Amino acid sequence: MIDIILAVFCTIGALAILIAAIGILRMPDFYLRLSVTVKAATLGGGLFLLCAAFYFPEEVSVTTKALAILFFLVLTAPVAAHLIARTAYLIDTEQWKGTIQDDLVGMYDKENHTLHSEIPPQNLSGEMEPESGPDENKR
Amino acid sequence: MVRHFLMNLLLAFTWVALTGVLYYSNFIFGFAIGFFLLWLMNRNEDDQRYFNRVPKIIGFILYFLYEMVKANIQVAYDVVTPKFFMKPGIVKYTMEAKTDFEINMLSTMIALTPGTLVIDVSDDRKTIYIHAMYMKSKEQFIEQIRERVERKLLEVIR
Repeated sequence: MIDIILAVFCTIGALAILIAAIGILRMPDFYLRLSVTVKAATLGGGLFLLCAAFYFPEEVSVTTKALAILFFLVLTAPVAAHLIARTAYLIDTEQWKGTIQDDLVGMYDKENHTLHSEIPPQNLSGEMEPESGPDENKR
Repeated sequence: MVRHFLMNLLLAFTWVALTGVLYYSNFIFGFAIGFFLLWLMNRNEDDQRYFNRVPKIIGFILYFLYEMVKANIQVAYDVVTPKFFMKPGIVKYTMEAKTDFEINMLSTMIALTPGTLVIDVSDDRKTIYIHAMYMKSKEQFIEQIRERVERKLLEVIR
């Protein structure tokens, strides 16, 4: 019984990591690559760690370590992904031509990198109009 | 609430010590027995928050795992098949979550759901910007996040 569960978990985990690897090669732009990789790697690594925890049920130290690694993996992977994506957006990494929407245009303060939740007043007057023009052509 | 949790933990450790078997499965079994006992003893008390919350948290974790696997399959299908079905875009999402902890949990959940990626939280902590892979329309995507993720999450942790 436990062998079957282990086999299923390991297979799914390995497949998830394989698909993440293929995704890095195939996805057309940086954000999509990031978004495919981080989750699938977390899922795959998490399933492997769960397998390790199930495989040594008599060794509490192994299970504890596996659970601790799993906890920190889930806690830290989204933070890393968020920082990488933010940096990529700040240095104007190109987006795929199929991108249908970008709400983040003009929201960053170019000087100090603060992010507004509404369109800042100095951008409202003249800057938004020319900015949306070339943006449409790019897509 | 915290009192009940600590009591439950104490009962679980007592169970482990009495049976003398230090396995995780045994600990979880002891925790379940302790939960049941506490529930029996506190049935007539006013403070039922702990007993309502624990099943909710477990249900939420299972639901989240199910959603994660489902979305992973969708992304995997798109990666493996030659044609791209995705419509990526960056969406502004106005949060209902207020405190730091709630925002942290919400963005972790959104980031771990495949196809969505949190790019940044605005400095006044009202909105987050999400990069989504599959977006039929902006309204529908926002509605989906609000109904499927945020409502359920806030119900559990508030």
